[in-house]
Order: sequence, then C-alpha cells, then structure tokens
Amino acid sequence: MKSKVWLGLLSLALIIALPFGTDLILGRSWVRLLDFALLYAMLALGLNIVVGYAGLLDLGYVAFYAVGAYLYAMLASPHLGMHWPLWALLPMGALVAASFGALLGAPTLGLRGDYLAIVTMGFGEIIRIFLRNLNVTNGPAGIDLIDPIQIGGFSFGANHSLLGWDLPGIYSYYFLFIILTALIILISHRLSDSRIGRAWSAIREDEIAAKSSGLNTRHLKLMAFAMGAAFGGVSGVLFAGFQGFISPESFTMGESIMILCMVVLGGMGHISGVIMGAILLAILPEAFRPLSQFQQATFGHVWLDPANLRMLMFAIALIVVMIIRPEGLWPSPVHRRELHANDSEAGSSQKAAL
Amino acid sequence: MIEATYSSSSALLIAKGIGKRFGGLSALDQVSLSIPSGSIYGLIGPNGAGKTTLFNVLTGIYRADEGTFELDGRSLTHCRSDQICTLGIARTFQNIRLFGNMTAIENVMVGRHVRTHSGILGAILRLPSQRTEEQAMITRAQELLNFVGIGQHANQVARQLPYGDQRRLEIARALATDPKLLALDEPAAGMNDTETATLGRLLQKIKESGVTILLIEHDVKLVMGLCDRVAVLEYGRLIAEGKPANVKNDPRVIAAYLGTEVS
Repeated sequence: MKSKVWLGLLSLALIIALPFGTDLILGRSWVRLLDFALLYAMLALGLNIVVGYAGLLDLGYVAFYAVGAYLYAMLASPHLGMHWPLWALLPMGALVAASFGALLGAPTLGLRGDYLAIVTMGFGEIIRIFLRNLNVTNGPAGIDLIDPIQIGGFSFGANHSLLGWDLPGIYSYYFLFIILTALIILISHRLSDSRIGRAWSAIREDEIAAKSSGLNTRHLKLMAFAMGAAFGGVSGVLFAGFQGFISPESFTMGESIMILCMVVLGGMGHISGVIMGAILLAILPEAFRPLSQFQQATFGHVWLDPANLRMLMFAIALIVVMIIRPEGLWPSPVHRRELHANDSEAGSSQKAAL
Repeated sequence: MIEATYSSSSALLIAKGIGKRFGGLSALDQVSLSIPSGSIYGLIGPNGAGKTTLFNVLTGIYRADEGTFELDGRSLTHCRSDQICTLGIARTFQNIRLFGNMTAIENVMVGRHVRTHSGILGAILRLPSQRTEEQAMITRAQELLNFVGIGQHANQVARQLPYGDQRRLEIARALATDPKLLALDEPAAGMNDTETATLGRLLQKIKESGVTILLIEHDVKLVMGLCDRVAVLEYGRLIAEGKPANVKNDPRVIAAYLGTEVS
C-alpha cells in the first residue's frame, strides 16, 4: 500500500517535471509537441471507447474534434464577435459533439466492419466539406485570432513566471491538458468497469448473443458513439484555444486514420496502451526530423526530402509493429486473448495431451 | 394437423400457425405449439426439421412470415430479440455463443444487464446506487454460477472453460435475465453420459425453481425421461405432440426417424 502511494507521488513529480526537463534538454518546441501529444491522447481515448470498447470501426472520428474546435472558434473569437468563457464552452463542446456522435451514429447502426468504416469515413468528410463551404465557418480560410483559453483571470496564452523560471503559454496548457487527460482517463476506466462497459464488450464479442441476452444494441452503440464524440469535442475545444487558428485542413481523413493508428498501435481497449500509442505517434514524426541532418553529414547531400523520409520511416515503424505485435504495443489482456485465441487454445490442448 | 388439446389457460407460450420460408424452401409450415407453464417441453425431429429455425423465430432472430406467438398473453410476434429477452424468453445456442474473452462471471453479469439500470452517468460518478447495484449483480452472478455448478470458475476466461462448463455458463447467463421461458438448443450435444445425466438434474432443478423450459435435444433418452410434453417436427411441420410415452409410439414419429417401409 505504502509503495503504491510513493509510486503515485513519483509519477506525479515526473509529470510535473517533464515539460521543464524537455525544455532544458530538447528545446521549447518539444514542449509544444508534448501539448499536442496530450491532445492526441484525449482524442485516442475517445476513439478507444468506440473502437476498443464497443468494437465499432469509425474512420470519421476527426469530425467530432472539428465540431469542438469550430464551436470554440466561433464563440470565442472576433469572427462572430463573441467571447464566451471556457467553463461554458468546454461542456458545450462535449455535449454538441456527443449529439453529433449520436446523429451520425444512428444511420450506421445496422452496419458492421468494412461497411461501417466506409460510412463513418463519408460522414467525416461531409463535416469537413461543410466547414469548408459554409460562411459562418469562414470557408477554407478558417478562423483566426481565437481567444486563448482563460480561466478566471488566468490566461493560458500569456507568459507567466514562477521562481524566476519564465513560463510561456505552452507550460500552462501542458498542465491544463494533463488535468483534463487525467479526467478522461478516470472516466474511461470507470466506464470500462461498469454495466455499460461490459455491455459494450459483449457487443464487440458477439452481437447476436448480446441481443439475445437482452442488450439493446442500438442504444448501447449510440451511447458509445456519443461518449467517444464527447471526448473528441473536448479535445477540439482545447485545440482551438491552444492553436489560436483553425481551418478545415486540420480535420482531414488522414487525421482520423492517425488517431485510429494510435488506438490500434497502442493496444485497443487498453487505456495505458492507447495513451502510449498517442504519445508515440505524435512524437515519432518529429523524432525522425534530424534524419535530414544525418543525410547531410553522411552523404554531403540530402538524398530524400526529409518530410517524405520521416513519413516513410514512420510508416515502416507502424507496419513492423503491426506484424510483430498485432494486438498493439501494450494491449489489454482481453484483446490479447482475442488475437492469440488459437495459440493459447493450441497451447492448452497440448498441455492436456501431455 | 396436430393441435395442442389441453386448456390454454395454463399455457405460458402459445404459437399459432408459424411459417418461415427461405427463398423457395419452407422451413416452418403452420407450426402451432402451446407450452404449459412450469413444464419441460421437448422439441425433437430429424436434422433439418426446422427446430432451430423455430427457436430463432421465437427469440426474435428471424421474423416469422406467418403466424403469431405470445408469452403470458403478450404478443411477441413483432419484437426484436432484446425485447423478447426482456419480456421473458432467454435462450442458449446450438453452437455455444459466449462472450469468449470475458470471464465467466462477467458473462453472467451481462445477462443481468436487462434487470439492472445504472447508466453512463452512474458509472462515471460511481454513485452509491450504482455501487450497490454492481455489488448485487456480482452476488447474483456468483449464485447462478454456483447453481449451474461452475462457481469455482468465476474468474476464468469463458473460452478456456471445458466444453461442458461452457454449456453450463451459457445456461447461467440465460438464467441471469430472469426468464419465464428458458429455450435450450441441444444443451447435451457433445456431452458424455455422465455429463448428460448431470445436465438432466440441472434442468430438473431449473424447472423446480419455476422456470419453464423449451428443449431441443437429440438425446432421446434425455428427452423422454425429462420432458412433460414433446413436439415432433419433420420438414417444418408438426407431426406429433403429446406425452413422451404416446409420442414415442406414434407411427408417424417412428417413420420420421426410421423411414417408412417400401411397399
């Protein structure tokens, strides 16, 4: 018990120290990257509800991120001349995104697997195209001069200083995102270990048996879509305030797929795995950036465009992981069993034979 | 046509003129049944006679093309399978359909879903009402596992249970929904004589607890020893119905099982 408390305190200290250490060792742009990694962690945890818990393949998840972001951008910027506070917009973002989740989920209830993926992909694109073509969202130009997030008198965009250490906005955002990520982790965890969470697992495992056991699969799937979307909406709100500028180009299908990769690579259905996947995939492309300098130094010439090269490395890394560990880097025991069903059965029958 | 002849006032499930076609094939044709409350009702017939199809109609997986059926006077003809379960018919499957990667007790707790209420908000906030309900679910699920005789395997993953225990687990999950009618699709399939005998005692115990049982079974000894009434299907038609002793000697039943003499 006591060691657990110490472990908790130690991780807390690490989390607090992380941006300072990163700043010292890798530089300030990496702190910004940490902030983005946290946003992605929240997104991936949201998608994890839909894909990992309920087993519904959603390729248009970024739509809910967009809904949250545009909600904040429109109601807290000079664009419409409104400047609503975060405490109103954050829950609103969750609620509006959840409604969109249910709305877009409803027509897909009868679909499964590939068909579901295609339809959700379509919905994701529809939202993006709407944002691009509507006047109220300022079309392809997007919305800029978005208010930085402010709580009480404290502005997250401004510079602060603490004990002589100069703290730009990226530090304040880091701590805000940490708190909200923690909240989302808590909610994810409690959901997975609940009546609803078990029902989602049951649907994922065998939909016919689930229905025959009295589960109203329509309601439960809608709940999963709405809950996942709510997390997406929250991250969207934070993203808009953090970035200060958004345009439809931030919400392409590639982004949806990236979030899905985070969930799958980390370990579907497993909170720690999903967070690890999100952080890895958010940071990895940056980590490959020095490759161009490396080329310059080795060959005296940049052979491959670094932007392309790092995406290539990234893709190769993804493929290798998926071949070696199809259940993800850090899977939940349940999903591990799903993917290694045959091995373990063969194993146990072998034992029985012996 | 064979019609149930006893008074229908004690009938729990009444099916009238059920018909189901797949393309040109008539899988069920004018099947009428009346299952007395508190009985074990056997449904037998050669392979492909339409027994499982009838099960799937009665549990809402297929929709009947013709006919109606009701449970306790309430029509279920147009209900979805989850509604039918809520209203009191629970089932097991011929090819076991458990939530294979969940533990035994979780499987049974999913069965309790329909009799419990806590939702997303309760789960997130861990309200006291939610925690009491969760505790009650665990207690009840463990009771049911004990009842079917696999209480010691509560925390084992369903798929890794021995075959016979998986069958029992499926029964426990079905019982968790507090059914009025428990529909079992070949529960003894693949079991040896000892296991079948144990299963027979379990079914007797379930009956004594007040649950009516509809049983598809190939093991004639089990059916004849256990069932209060038996219906025989052949080519989607009901060819005999009545007490096991009478049905066993019905010439049409003998013909269906053994074939007719070529004259």
